[in-house]
Amino acid sequence: MGGAGAGAGRAGGVSPGVTAGRLGWSIVLVLVVDSSTPAVTAALVEVSAEGVASRAHRCTVDARAHGELLAPQVDAVLADADARPRDLTAIVAGLGPGPFTGLRVGLVTAATMGQVLGIPTYGVCSLDGLGHPVAAGEPVLAATDARRREVYWAVYDGAGQRIAGPNVDAPVVAADRARELAVTVAVGDGAHRYADVLGLPLRAEPRYPDATALAALAAERIRARAPGEALTPLYLRRPDAVAATARKPVLP
Amino acid sequence: MADEPLVLGIETSCDETGVGIVRGHALLADALASSVEQHARFGGVVPEVASRAHLEAIVPTMDRALAEAGVTIADIDAIAVTSGPGLAGALLVGVAAAKGYALAAEKPVYGVNHLAAHVAVDTLEHGPLPEPAIAMLVSGGHSSLLLIDDLARGVTPLGATIDDAAGEAFDKVARLLGLPFPGGPYIDREARAGDPAAIGFPRGLTAAKDLAAHRYDFSFSGLKTAVARWVEARQRAGEAVPVADVAASFQEAVCDVLTAKAIDACRAHGVGTLVIGGGVAANSRLRAMAEHRAAKHGIRVRVPRPKLCTDNGAMVAALGSHLVAAGVAPSRLDLPADSALPLTTVSV
Ligand SMILES: [Zn+2]
Repeated sequence: MGGAGAGAGRAGGVSPGVTAGRLGWSIVLVLVVDSSTPAVTAALVEVSAEGVASRAHRCTVDARAHGELLAPQVDAVLADADARPRDLTAIVAGLGPGPFTGLRVGLVTAATMGQVLGIPTYGVCSLDGLGHPVAAGEPVLAATDARRREVYWAVYDGAGQRIAGPNVDAPVVAADRARELAVTVAVGDGAHRYADVLGLPLRAEPRYPDATALAALAAERIRARAPGEALTPLYLRRPDAVAATARKPVLP
Repeated sequence: MADEPLVLGIETSCDETGVGIVRGHALLADALASSVEQHARFGGVVPEVASRAHLEAIVPTMDRALAEAGVTIADIDAIAVTSGPGLAGALLVGVAAAKGYALAAEKPVYGVNHLAAHVAVDTLEHGPLPEPAIAMLVSGGHSSLLLIDDLARGVTPLGATIDDAAGEAFDKVARLLGLPFPGGPYIDREARAGDPAAIGFPRGLTAAKDLAAHRYDFSFSGLKTAVARWVEARQRAGEAVPVADVAASFQEAVCDVLTAKAIDACRAHGVGTLVIGGGVAANSRLRAMAEHRAAKHGIRVRVPRPKLCTDNGAMVAALGSHLVAAGVAPSRLDLPADSALPLTTVSV
């Protein structure tokens, strides 16, 4: 996957947060992709010493077309921001958990683009892009639809730190854990879908992992020009496969 | 020649992650990562296991291919990728990867047909393909007879298996005989010590009444069952199973049907070239029988070397190179992975 990337070492041992603004390279352009839910998201964000700001954003909700939608959306956000791929400094990808086939589209897109551009790729748990921005002083349950009547879920404390999960369970199991952890609000399309089981007040937004939040969660690594990481999906489930059993005889 | 297009090919339709690089008809790199060992205990390819392996393998396989060819992705003129047919989830990893490479490197991408790529790969070994030609593609996933009028724009399917693929039959009979997966190479090896005439196994869809409706179609399910019955009967009688004879007689039945129908197709269409591809094309008896029978009718048989017959990235690059040379327009960035991509669609 993407190596340490161009520009590693430019910080010269000085904390980039301190000198960045003065040196003038503080604002960097970062691509964010997430395909862990029915929403296919591509965004360009600017990461500076001061914070993270969205430059361009495309999101389409279509659980069956991640493979078709993501690349044109990446192309579109680059065009919207009048940028070219070579202008990117890093790529942030939602690692899931999420339905496998769609999830892989985002990760392979990020990994291959990072490889070509020689820039680092950073993974962030996709549920963090739901729970972190919502957890303003109160614990929150973030849940997305895992199909098979289950949810992918995690719990965040009032400061937005993940304190449970990511896991995949029946909604009732997530509800029990949320109650134990004194959760007062739930967020995410999984929470909406199973609102009656969870019995928690719902936040309407974000419904799906928020791209700017995902970038913010990787911002420290981006500013420090930390080495990129291999983007390993959070599958949480084993592949459906059964070992070959004894062959059935054909003779009666 | 340096001014010929430099084309990269990505293949992930089944359990092999392949990245190939060609310049014109010259093969520069053919890097492969296989997940076949992860599937062995399941006795067949598990789609989700294959998809996971493709995601892990694609970047390192690309690195190896570029190093082997001594080029960078900036040097590449076009990127081709298998968009179908194949396992949906596995195809999707390759298609998304090709788009990622194409986007980042600002190169055109071609979504291509896996079966047409099996035909195109032969140009890397034997040069441009005379058209029209007949192609026979036989593997664990497909058994097809095609009329190749114009490899860049369309091929005509003549026939295909109506049940098991030829390679599947090899795998199932191998398992019956206690041989490892994938079964093809083991059956081939055992058969060398056996008598191909020892047991008269059935030749599917070769009777006159079947030929009327299925002249170029194949059926291997009945053959597989016949082998199973024969072996079980021996076992129940407490007799040893003559593995070499069963393997040789089974292989003979498969090769007999395949070559008879392929030669029939060549003669019926007045075609002088037969290309054989797919994993089963590596079978030594199939090659020998096809050449022997074709020679009688003045038909030339072209079979690429075994490594190019099985799924690989070079075959996709070869087809991509052919499309670029023929002036075919690239695909759009929203090109889908299509597990049932029809044969009549060479590029999407
Ligand atoms: Zn194949």
